[in-house]
Amino acid sequence: MANLQPNSGDPKVTYEYRRKKHAEEMRMQVITFTMMIFFTVIAFAAVGAGFSKWFIVPFVLLLAIVQVIFQLYYFMHMSHKGHAEAQLFMYSGVLVGFLTVLTFVTIIWW
Amino acid sequence: MAAEQKFTPQTWPESPEQATLEGKNKFLGFWFFLGGETVLFASLFATYLALKDSVPSDTHAKAADLFELPLVFLMTMLLLTSSLTSVFAMYHMKNYNFKKMQQWLFITVALGLAFLGCEIYEFNHYYHEYEHKFTSSAFGSAFYTLVGFHGGHVVFGLSWIIALMIRNAKRGLDLYNAPKFYLASLYWHFIDVVWVFIFTVVYLMGMVG
Amino acid sequence: MSTIAHTQKRGFAGTVWDYLTTVDHKKIAILYLLAGGFFFLVGGIEAMMIRIQLAVPNNDFVSAGLFNEIITMHGTTMIFLAAMPLLFAFMNAVMPLQIGARDVAFPFINALGFWLFFFGGLFLNLSWFLGGAPDAGWTSYASLSLASEGHGIDFYALGLQISGFGTLMGGINFLVTIINMRAPGMTYMRMPLFTWTTFVASALILFAFPPLTVGLFMLIFDRMFGSGFFDVAMGGNTIIWEHFFWIFGHPEVYILVLPAFGIFSEIFPTFARKRLFGYSSMVFATVLIGFLGFMVWAHHMFTTGLGPIANAIFAVATMAIAVPTGIKIFNWIMTIWGGSIQFTVPMLYAVAFIPSFVMGGVTGVMQAAAPADYQFHDTYFIVAHFHYVIVGGIVLGLLGGAHFYWPLMFGTMLSEKLGKITFVLFLVGFHLTFFIQHFLGLMGMPRRVWTFLPGQGLDAGNLISSIGAAFMAVGIIIMLVNVVITQKKNIQVGRDPWKDGRTLEWSIPSPAPFYNFKQLPLVRGLDPFWIEKMEGKTEMTPAEPIGDIHMPNNSFTPFVISLGLFIAAFGAMYQADEGKGWAIPVLIIGMIVTFGAMLYRSIKDDHGYHIHKEDLLDDAGKGGTH
Repeated sequence: MANLQPNSGDPKVTYEYRRKKHAEEMRMQVITFTMMIFFTVIAFAAVGAGFSKWFIVPFVLLLAIVQVIFQLYYFMHMSHKGHAEAQLFMYSGVLVGFLTVLTFVTIIWW
Repeated sequence: MAAEQKFTPQTWPESPEQATLEGKNKFLGFWFFLGGETVLFASLFATYLALKDSVPSDTHAKAADLFELPLVFLMTMLLLTSSLTSVFAMYHMKNYNFKKMQQWLFITVALGLAFLGCEIYEFNHYYHEYEHKFTSSAFGSAFYTLVGFHGGHVVFGLSWIIALMIRNAKRGLDLYNAPKFYLASLYWHFIDVVWVFIFTVVYLMGMVG
Repeated sequence: MSTIAHTQKRGFAGTVWDYLTTVDHKKIAILYLLAGGFFFLVGGIEAMMIRIQLAVPNNDFVSAGLFNEIITMHGTTMIFLAAMPLLFAFMNAVMPLQIGARDVAFPFINALGFWLFFFGGLFLNLSWFLGGAPDAGWTSYASLSLASEGHGIDFYALGLQISGFGTLMGGINFLVTIINMRAPGMTYMRMPLFTWTTFVASALILFAFPPLTVGLFMLIFDRMFGSGFFDVAMGGNTIIWEHFFWIFGHPEVYILVLPAFGIFSEIFPTFARKRLFGYSSMVFATVLIGFLGFMVWAHHMFTTGLGPIANAIFAVATMAIAVPTGIKIFNWIMTIWGGSIQFTVPMLYAVAFIPSFVMGGVTGVMQAAAPADYQFHDTYFIVAHFHYVIVGGIVLGLLGGAHFYWPLMFGTMLSEKLGKITFVLFLVGFHLTFFIQHFLGLMGMPRRVWTFLPGQGLDAGNLISSIGAAFMAVGIIIMLVNVVITQKKNIQVGRDPWKDGRTLEWSIPSPAPFYNFKQLPLVRGLDPFWIEKMEGKTEMTPAEPIGDIHMPNNSFTPFVISLGLFIAAFGAMYQADEGKGWAIPVLIIGMIVTFGAMLYRSIKDDHGYHIHKEDLLDDAGKGGTH
């Protein structure tokens, strides 16, 4: 009862197929990781090089957001099936959080 | 019963973390918890941004005086790499390779501890070199609360992973503990997500004023 | 040994132990009802003291300082320790049965949520005996609360923090239960409205409580650990607290009122014997109210000086909420319209709710106009408004729900006669108390004042208001008598006691057996039990053969985890005092107890147990008595 394999005609074939799929996914994750490192290095380099504040702030924020999307969708598997509710609630959290941050940088000025 | 059933790599299900109803519930509940954590950290970020550089007098250090890129870069690399190693651990979990999973989790824990060590050194440095304290200014309170909450999450995440590793060392993987390992790794990734924003918003944006 | 038989008879100590360790959502519901009911009475006594003090001008029934403590504790208790747990009681008792679930998703966490709430509430109320209660108002604005002497505010911050953790856990538990544990055929758009409102309210809890957690941590740090978030001298900013409080506080209003809406949405169709009018628009309105609930918090802060643009945005968003609420009001009216109405006590509460709540809503739209709010702000007009919403909406919902669901929870029926007396006294008292307060406010009486001078046109109004409060108190006392008499007589009324139950919770014996459904029911549409009845059946069609049922084990760990935090809170509070060296060890011991119990829970396997098929067959015909 514990192991329901909807697609398993021949267990050995399914097993090898799954191993292969996992290995492919792993490759994707290593690529993701490389890009995350790359983004991080660029962000630090931009600050280290001393560009204008008006360039750096949006630039590093954009890199951070892209990195977090990678992290969520590849490392935390949000791109997989069965994550609809997780996505709904994460995005709701992001929305509420964004409103809070927006408030605190706009209408707290005393 | 089903949860303690022994498996082979061939019979191990495709999504072991969601193969039981208990696993499904935990999986969903934990994502919701992370949704709540998102708001929690957003609130801390919001406070930090509102109080950044808000100090009682000019003798207090400000963000641009405090931060140094090399240390933060090292910490970032440690944590990002630990995120990858915990992905490796989950890869082996899905392939029912308990030994390799434990090895990668061990490396994850080691990297996490190194990160924590850096953070303790960093706080100590600010405290003694710059008199930048939790109780010295609103800026200090906001900084240590935000970064410290993250550090607290790192401590909790490490304790969690270590407890799981020790508890299940002899037992190996089954459908009862697979969701636990999976959630611990999700938590670890979430800690990394928060850190990405901390190094961006606190340190990088702090450096440019 | 039969697993069913051994749960049947036990002595008093056994019963207490059973409730201390229970993870059964129906027993946790009873715990919530008892604890919430107790705090409701405490908050009610505080309310009576307020009205006695204000009955006549220049009164000195209580001192000014004590008055501040009473109003603070009245508000805090009623919102956090009475209304929320009472709603949680109904959610626990009813929602899993409504969706045809055997259990909630996280029975252990459900119990943990209750005990955290309970110890948090206990901690907060111990302030009365340990040097004075909090006195900065239930909103506890930072400039006031940082200046407050003694430990009152510390009790407030730590107590709410602990009980807030519990609420958050309860919310996640309900969300996962509703998503994962529905019976076969129970699609989202077949879920009863009370389940829907529980779902949306739980989602609001998930996103609204973290800002409160953060705000409370800052208050704790500022008062007890020397930080400077709100301390202007250290560069802090007191407005931060206000924002966090209301980013939490406004959704909190909807967390409370949506489940009350849900209860009424169950009562109307049952006693009008008609299906709910506009079901899908009701669902839509519920979700929309939940969404808009996060966009409007700053309307509590119009006079803070946010600026005209911010005020305008929040004013418009606030007025927008009237639209989905209006949809609901019309749907309820259309549900009763042309129905075969039976005026039972729950139905009376539901019918009275409509005009009462609409009055609160209308004054709400008045205040949404920011310029006008500058006049209303901090007057009794506000007090009148939010009591119309909270008493006219939530408390009427709780009282109606208590009568409606009493048979479901206890198997007995509250007396209709005494119930009607309570209803009349309470409703008359409620309008008498709060209607006049609109005018007191418009005449300029500020809220939170300890007393007032004679000859300013406020005497008669305040006296009328106090008389009304006495009516409400008598009504509640009669309800308590009703409860005692009913439970003393203990006449079991069995299944579907209202005869017109429409949803799954009425299709099984009341009170439900501890495994809820012997066989999971097959849901064939909205109001599934009603559908079966219309086809001449008396029971649901099962969706599965009788088989073993998996049940969770009882556990004392939730109690210990919560107790640890309770102990730690004392340490955190007293370590700020001079010469209390024992406080830090107490803080550490409490934390060790909590985390030790969590570790114990984590490493000890708990697979639960199974009820065997044979025992279930034995149990047939005996109903759910245990």
